[in-house]
Amino acid sequence: MSLDISFIGILIGSIMASSVPLILAASGELITERSGVLNLGVEGMMIIGAISGFALMVITDNLFIAIVGSMLSGVIISLIFGFLTQSLLTNHVATGLALTIFGIGLSAMLGKNFVGIPGKEFPILFSSLKESIPFFGPILFGHSIVLYFAFALPFLTNYFLKKTKLGLIVRAVGDSPVSASNQGINVILVRYCCILYGGAMCGLAGAYLSLIYTPQWIENMTAGRGWIALALVVFATWSPIKVLIGALIFGGITILQLHMQAIGFRIPVQFLSALPYLMTIIVLVVISRDSRKIKLNTPTSLGRIFYKEK
Amino acid sequence: MALYFFTPFIAIILTILGGGIIFYILGFNPIEALKFYFITPISNLYGFSELLLKATPLCLIAIGLSFCFKSNNWNIGAEGQLTFGAIVGGGVALLFYNQEGFYILPLVIIAGAIGGMIFALIPAILKTYFNTNEILVSLMLVYVSKLLLDYLVVGPWSNPEGFNFPETRQFSDSSRMPLLFEGLRIHAGIFLALAAVMLSWFVLYKTYLGFQIKVSGLSLKTAKYAGFKGKTMILVVFMISGACAGLAGVGEITGPIGQLHRMISPDYGFTAIIVAFLGRLNPFGIIFASLVVALTYLGAETAQIFLQIPKYTGQVFQGMILFFLLASDYLLFFKVKILNLKKNELRH
Repeated sequence: MSLDISFIGILIGSIMASSVPLILAASGELITERSGVLNLGVEGMMIIGAISGFALMVITDNLFIAIVGSMLSGVIISLIFGFLTQSLLTNHVATGLALTIFGIGLSAMLGKNFVGIPGKEFPILFSSLKESIPFFGPILFGHSIVLYFAFALPFLTNYFLKKTKLGLIVRAVGDSPVSASNQGINVILVRYCCILYGGAMCGLAGAYLSLIYTPQWIENMTAGRGWIALALVVFATWSPIKVLIGALIFGGITILQLHMQAIGFRIPVQFLSALPYLMTIIVLVVISRDSRKIKLNTPTSLGRIFYKEK
Repeated sequence: MALYFFTPFIAIILTILGGGIIFYILGFNPIEALKFYFITPISNLYGFSELLLKATPLCLIAIGLSFCFKSNNWNIGAEGQLTFGAIVGGGVALLFYNQEGFYILPLVIIAGAIGGMIFALIPAILKTYFNTNEILVSLMLVYVSKLLLDYLVVGPWSNPEGFNFPETRQFSDSSRMPLLFEGLRIHAGIFLALAAVMLSWFVLYKTYLGFQIKVSGLSLKTAKYAGFKGKTMILVVFMISGACAGLAGVGEITGPIGQLHRMISPDYGFTAIIVAFLGRLNPFGIIFASLVVALTYLGAETAQIFLQIPKYTGQVFQGMILFFLLASDYLLFFKVKILNLKKNELRH
């Protein structure tokens, strides 16, 4: 296998594709966490998005409905989390875990009749440009619309948080819910919205897997990506642009590991597969070592229960 | 306080009702499906033995987790600690695969507990000395341990006479847990679980360490003010938790399984988190909760055979139990409020 320039272009293109679900899920979770809510149910919401997207595609034969439906299903399932943590004041960690366990079980139940059905080809944009331009073609063109959206999302998120009034409100609610509440902001409502938005993005991330990346339904097909997305948010110290960088690094490891297996690299497959997880731990150690820096960036009220005396 | 131990029952009843509704939507007669789920599996002696068999690892792990959760340490990687314990214990058992001797089983069990303990120490040390989030680290290690097990049973430890099946040799009889009854799979591992229950009750309620753990869980500031050694305590609760998970892993491979292969645990480590909560982190509550949750495993298997419902319904039930349990805690919250109001009224 020669490492010529066009091959590197294709390689980068595939790294980008594999980082899309991580970018989507982590960007969604980032907004949720910025509002002070820790939702550990990312994996569960993603897998529900994956099965509902795929099922809707098979039933309606319409990819647009499938994509929108997967986001809606993410919203619906995150509503359970929102209701429990915001209205019934339950512990965020335990509720998120329950959501993941419930989501994995429910998706397998719903997906029983969809195992083994082949997926549909998802339309790609600018496919002619992909072939004609040697290096930049496979990087910039020939992707699905979801990929372009995913790569724009961190910048949009950054703009939203830093430059808009709503973004300021979200950050205020996450950093000091009591002061925000005293300013007349409905903390619970803002947090509900952020949770549902996170659910929609996780649902989309799941649908990307089952409709575009590997177009079929396999039980448990998210394979821990939701947890990596959660780690990515910490890795990025709650900054959207760093989420993009982190997701590309993880996508890179995943693709590299596949290629190393393919060229018969003399390391057992399992060790290469373990790389993304070990990498997450190492990165967490490196960025968490400085406790002041972590404290400065962490939303102050993250994971704490807020309620207003009536 | 009575309500605190009563709400788990409300959660269980609501889960059964919720399950009935799901079965109805799926097109089954809900009463009949629930009967297959919760009554058929334990209507004979064999079923009852299977219930205890599945409750044993759940109870062991949940007891360990209760130490972590009580002190606000979120160890959610018990599945990894179980797997690593099984790898270390299984490794010792494989060393003695062609030997017999009374000392082998104790060695295997101790090795498993130490394996789980070491694996739990990783997130604990990273948390205490590098300020790392223990939820993510313990969880990432689950995947690492499963891949390690996969590597071992396919590669260096695979059975030389096993026609390349991904499994090790069978352990010798001396590394197997003694069976309690002829023809039933329930084994001596259940005594390990019961011993863990007793011991944890003693430690939590009768020792200084238990007091420290409970205080740290209620208020970290108070614990610091009282001069408790926070770091040591984190290490200790993780070690206890890991050892229990390791024991559960060893109990599985020396009990019903008898060798190492890829699927040594149907996510007992994750389900035990629900058990710990349902049992209110109380040792005796955990016994009860482990039986209830073990029944969801058995029910899912029975329902798969008789009704062709995928066995993942078990996870749906487990998730629902935790949802309803957490939700019913709202009742407790209200009760606190009402009590406060009464106090205020008295003052006026």
